[in-house]
Amino acid sequence: MSLTLIVNGKSHTLDVDPSTPLLYVLRNDLGLQGPRFGCGLGQCGACTVIVNGVATRSCIVPVSRVKSGITTLEGLAKDGKLHPLQQAWIDEQVPQCGFCQNGQIMAAKALLDKNPHPTDAEIREGMNNTLCRCMTYYRVQAAIKRAVKAVTA
Amino acid sequence: MTTFGEIPKRVEDVLSRRSLLKSAGLLVVSFSPSAFGQTPADPYPDVDYRQVDSWIVIHEDGSATFYVGKTDCGQGTGTSFRQIMSDELDVAYDKTACIMGSTDVTVDQGGSGGSTAMERDSWPMRRVAAEARRVLLKMGSERLGVPVDRLAVSEGVITVTGDSSRNVTYGQLIGGKRFNIALTGDNINATTGAAKVKPVQGLKNVGLSPQRYDIPPKVDGSLKWAVDVKLPGMVHARNVKPPVAGAKLVSIDESSVRGLPGFVKVVSKGNYVAVVCEREEQAIRAASSLKVKWEKPATAPFPSSENLFNYMREVKPTSSSKAIMVGDPEAAFAGAAKVIEADYDIPFQGHTAISPAHALADPSNGQMTIYSNDMKSYGMRRGVAEFLGIPREKVRVVWMEGPQGFGRTAADDAGCEAAYLAREIGRPVRVQWMRSEETAWDTKAPAFAVKMKGALDAAGNLVALDYNARAADYNHVGYNEADTVLIAQLMGIRRARPAEGSAAVPSEMYAVPHRRITTHVVSLPLVWETPLRTGNLRDPNGPQSTFASESFVDELAAAAKADPKEFRMKLLTSATADDSGFRRARSIACLKAAADAYGWDHRPSPKPRGTGEILTGRGMAYSFRGQTIAAEIAEVEVNVRTGHVWVKRLVCAHDCGLVINPESLRRTVECAMLHSLSRAIHEEVQFDNEKVTSTDWSSHPTLTHSDVPEKIDVILVNGDPNPNRPDLPPYGGGEAACKPMLAAVANAIYDATGVRLRRVPFRAPRVLAALKAAQV
Repeated sequence: MSLTLIVNGKSHTLDVDPSTPLLYVLRNDLGLQGPRFGCGLGQCGACTVIVNGVATRSCIVPVSRVKSGITTLEGLAKDGKLHPLQQAWIDEQVPQCGFCQNGQIMAAKALLDKNPHPTDAEIREGMNNTLCRCMTYYRVQAAIKRAVKAVTA
Repeated sequence: MTTFGEIPKRVEDVLSRRSLLKSAGLLVVSFSPSAFGQTPADPYPDVDYRQVDSWIVIHEDGSATFYVGKTDCGQGTGTSFRQIMSDELDVAYDKTACIMGSTDVTVDQGGSGGSTAMERDSWPMRRVAAEARRVLLKMGSERLGVPVDRLAVSEGVITVTGDSSRNVTYGQLIGGKRFNIALTGDNINATTGAAKVKPVQGLKNVGLSPQRYDIPPKVDGSLKWAVDVKLPGMVHARNVKPPVAGAKLVSIDESSVRGLPGFVKVVSKGNYVAVVCEREEQAIRAASSLKVKWEKPATAPFPSSENLFNYMREVKPTSSSKAIMVGDPEAAFAGAAKVIEADYDIPFQGHTAISPAHALADPSNGQMTIYSNDMKSYGMRRGVAEFLGIPREKVRVVWMEGPQGFGRTAADDAGCEAAYLAREIGRPVRVQWMRSEETAWDTKAPAFAVKMKGALDAAGNLVALDYNARAADYNHVGYNEADTVLIAQLMGIRRARPAEGSAAVPSEMYAVPHRRITTHVVSLPLVWETPLRTGNLRDPNGPQSTFASESFVDELAAAAKADPKEFRMKLLTSATADDSGFRRARSIACLKAAADAYGWDHRPSPKPRGTGEILTGRGMAYSFRGQTIAAEIAEVEVNVRTGHVWVKRLVCAHDCGLVINPESLRRTVECAMLHSLSRAIHEEVQFDNEKVTSTDWSSHPTLTHSDVPEKIDVILVNGDPNPNRPDLPPYGGGEAACKPMLAAVANAIYDATGVRLRRVPFRAPRVLAALKAAQV
């Protein structure tokens, strides 16, 4: 079946089984590397993309169900400048292996878009289902606070 | 093209290294003579570590690329290698790059493991860089016509002392050309040239914290990982694992998947089953649709996780160590004022990497190239060659970034699977496990049942200590071995003698006059093809044995009504002889540093019980791994209504000798502590009589954002008795901090509540039950 997806502002027409999870289309048909497979169950968040402002786990969403534009990690930088969260991630030296960090950054983006000045408790709550096996959580939370400050300044 | 200082973002950048270097004559590979005395045509011979050119290439612009046989599991070791090699070579850090762990372009340093990156493997790198500097200075001397002792070198520019107008750059001397300088050394770790390494005081980049070069491409999505590689004509495979441990395959109904879109083939041998399809989602669907008939084993493969510790205590061990004896413990116990005993239980805990096992194998041209995140890429190369029965020279492993596995990829399964399937299909095959397979079937840290016994004299001194551990570690899986990887086991391959396994002994420097240390290994009924395969999990066996030994020291301190820190201090300071690594002196320094940083209040545990729903307390534990010391303090809040434990604050005082990159090390230590905190409060592999029932992040929870302490302090200690000595060595930084955490948390819970938890993990229902039983 032919369908059209808008990803990071670009339109793509594809011929895929409509039940295919969005993740495989993004990774294997569109060559995007940000969203990654971690569990295929919507539990870990490594596959997170933003659809219509909502952090969405692309491993469990059939591609045919996506009606709005999709933003992936690759789409966060604007005009060659990293998103403040990405810059904060570098400044804070967050990642260990980095495999889950797509999910951490995208979940943080959705969180800050909704709530630009979260409390510590709101950060913990908002990020809670996004897992990191290297346990970089402490630095992830520090980087979110750093990004909030950078944007406010 | 990669700019220097950046990680190669695309696999093509890694691959092009080989052809570029080879065509420029810069890659040194050794050719072993064939039977007819001719050079064989095999394309991927071992890289010759006895040549400077195999380690260092200097380009015409004066920049340098370092080729090292290590892999980076996420601790930023590549950045540290660049720091220490650029220091020895005298090239600006910014003008260096580091290529790691691809078996056809980098020397075999074994990949990563055991936190040896700095402690062991940085030494040959330093010596080779120093040798390259020596050779360049000699060349500079000839070019400039002045003796070497009248030359200075800085950032790749050799200058005549006192006349900076007379200079020559490394790029001008050797850029794009070979050194052709042979090195000596019986093995790669002993590799050396004629030059000596610099004293610590001469290292400029060491001790600074340049940002990790691999982080920017990891946060902007530009880095290509092993999971991202795509090759023309590649297909996707998924496995079908036995539904019950030890089940035998009876039959496969291929018609159940033959009509599915994209179906390519079912591949099966013994109890190994895989389905191959054109697209990834098709392979997932086909693997879940394939009808396979299995026959359950006649006897249960293992006891359920609820009955595990009873089983482990009762079963006859497969092996027992000869007891390590100090003094006369029996007499000391008989004459003691007070004797206490305690049993500690630590369940199987999984590696559970954030991404399941994966690899892509390309069988083109009669060779086998594997794109993998295997931390021991060289071991995978050997394992795959042996598994397929082809010469090692026909196999190469291109190492790429992947999920940190804490030892999981030392016993990687996907590489052999992908290679086998690729050969069967004749096309590049990418295989990946599903989450349920990875969590249930990955390698496990062995369960431990430890019996401790200690004796105090009338003054509260510890006079005798007995440690007796049983570990369920029989048939411990090795490193990418062709007869222990899971596909080999499922195909019925058996080595004659399963690995004996081991149980750790306590790692502390306490002076106790009478001691006995005994360890045993026990086996579960099912030895092969079991999801309870044990492998090396970060600081193998350290957290288990230290949970028992350092919890028990706390129990002894409480029995002696002594402050837990002072009790430990007394045990450390009551000996006077120093060991070779000054572990005792450095242990004392770390305990002090941790207590100072925390603001330790000297008093016995438990503290007078508070009122209200939240009880707070602090606990300490200390240990060492190799020569690295870690002393940790945890402050907890225990909710007496729910049993929920929150570790609010953590302190670690850490001494690993020479620190290359302090900020990078701090993060590694933080994450190591949190990894062990996850093991302390969440992680347990559960199983019934047939199968592992921990299959995903819901049935096998790990640490989350909500669990994270409010504050973490990492204190980098240099407790060497001569801290400024010019030969101060670096020790391992990746694992020592894992060790004390389980005990530190248990000790803090005891301090808060007066209740001693001797069974890991401290999940809320278990804590609540213990509190209720003690009427807290």
